[in-house]
Amino acid sequence: MDKYIEMIRIRFLMMLAYRTNYYSGILIYAINIGAYYFLWSAIYGGKENIQGLSITQMTTYVAVSWMARAFYFNNIDREMAMEIKDGKVAVELIKPYSYLGMKTMQGLGEGIFRLLFFSVPGMIIVAFLFPVQFSANAATWLYFGLSLIFSFIINTQINLLTGITTFFLFNNDGLIRAKRVVIDLFSGLLLPISFYPFWAQHIMSYFPFQAISYIPSMIFTNGFKGQEVINALITQAVWSGLLFIPIACLWNIAKKKMVIQGG
Amino acid sequence: MKMFYFSIFFQYISQYMKTRLQYRTDMVVEVISDLLFQTVNLIFILVVFGHTQSLHGWSREEIIFIYGFFLVPFAIFSSFFNIWDFNERYIVKGEMDRILTRPIHSLFQVILERMELESLFGGVTGIAVMAYAASSLHLHFQWYDVFIFLFFILGGALVYAGIFIALASIGFWSDARTSIMPTIYNIGNYGRYPVDIYNNVIRYVLTWILPFAFVGVYPAAYFLGRSEWYGYAFLTPVMGIVFFTISIFLWNTGVKKYRGAGN
Repeated sequence: MDKYIEMIRIRFLMMLAYRTNYYSGILIYAINIGAYYFLWSAIYGGKENIQGLSITQMTTYVAVSWMARAFYFNNIDREMAMEIKDGKVAVELIKPYSYLGMKTMQGLGEGIFRLLFFSVPGMIIVAFLFPVQFSANAATWLYFGLSLIFSFIINTQINLLTGITTFFLFNNDGLIRAKRVVIDLFSGLLLPISFYPFWAQHIMSYFPFQAISYIPSMIFTNGFKGQEVINALITQAVWSGLLFIPIACLWNIAKKKMVIQGG
Repeated sequence: MKMFYFSIFFQYISQYMKTRLQYRTDMVVEVISDLLFQTVNLIFILVVFGHTQSLHGWSREEIIFIYGFFLVPFAIFSSFFNIWDFNERYIVKGEMDRILTRPIHSLFQVILERMELESLFGGVTGIAVMAYAASSLHLHFQWYDVFIFLFFILGGALVYAGIFIALASIGFWSDARTSIMPTIYNIGNYGRYPVDIYNNVIRYVLTWILPFAFVGVYPAAYFLGRSEWYGYAFLTPVMGIVFFTISIFLWNTGVKKYRGAGN
């Protein structure tokens, strides 16, 4: 266990070395959220609420979903693809740790760094500039925290799956890009799932994507109430359990049929 | 000298064609993932207009037309100026040293090495989207509009190129990893909406600092007959040339300052 915690620490310190870049990043993020806020104000155009979300809730939704993304987002699919193509993965596999576990820990190290140095200060600045509403209820924060951990797990699992496909496809740049686009749209990052037509919502309910962004953001904005929150958390828990199955299967097949190109 | 550059350009293109035709599936996957990306943006517009009739006086078809227009300069930009990861790919890995030993302008080489001609397909999508929107809006065009269109898309592509070359040049001064590129890409999306929905700060940023509005709403307003924006529309080629020139200047200054990555 110690070695995994050490990995989180090393990634964190690595990111810390480059922290100045993040300050400029926060400014650009604020512009981003600001533009989104005005776009949504124009979309609301004086309407009290759309699909049960007021404009204040919508602004909070946008702000929190982008800030949450900084935590759960990572490039481990790209890193895995690179290591597999370079053949570095062969060395990684003989090391005394689980390769997939280590990748997850690196992602977590990055996520914690961005949460502390990016999301929290970014959220404070955005709260000064735009009408963002924070819940005063401690339980909401607790549920949100829990939900965010599940977001990280599910998003990381999907990244691991995408990364493993490199073993079978050799060049999966297109797949990695497509995956990112699909997640932006179907996770509820760009639009709350409740804004979609019913048939589309129905289809999306069979996929794990909304567990990544829609659920934590709706909990944070109080868009979910009472039993809805618990149901949403259960959905997340079920998905993070289910996704272990394809990862384990594909990983075992991949290890058997691995071909190291060059060397 | 000019002939020399032309011949290098065509040699790179023919080399590029050979590798791409060798890996045809990659090419198909890439075109499909681009198409997916464009569909996502259209879905955003469609879903939003499922909840509102107009965006600050602009109809759904007008917004779709702006999006279609945007795709054309963006396709040119992403085919030839694929330098968003210049920092990691060239500076951190020391590849820039190799580039600098050769007797052609460094930026020209980087562009040729990184070009992705399949992105040009996005331009076809853009024209199709515009054609659909134009026919449902019953727009009428003059013969000279073709030439204005060409000037505007070239201007727009140069604006995009200028911004991203300038950002890539930052790498010469600080070799740290930056995370701002994806966020800047995202800000580019806001230039596709009527800028009068934003407040003054954001409108100013989108017009004069990161002038993405010149790759979307301003030039498209000309074809939509929105005469109040004609002044800005005709500034598009000027802005393109100015921003591109500034960025080349920044690049050249950066190259002079560059000391190589101590590996």
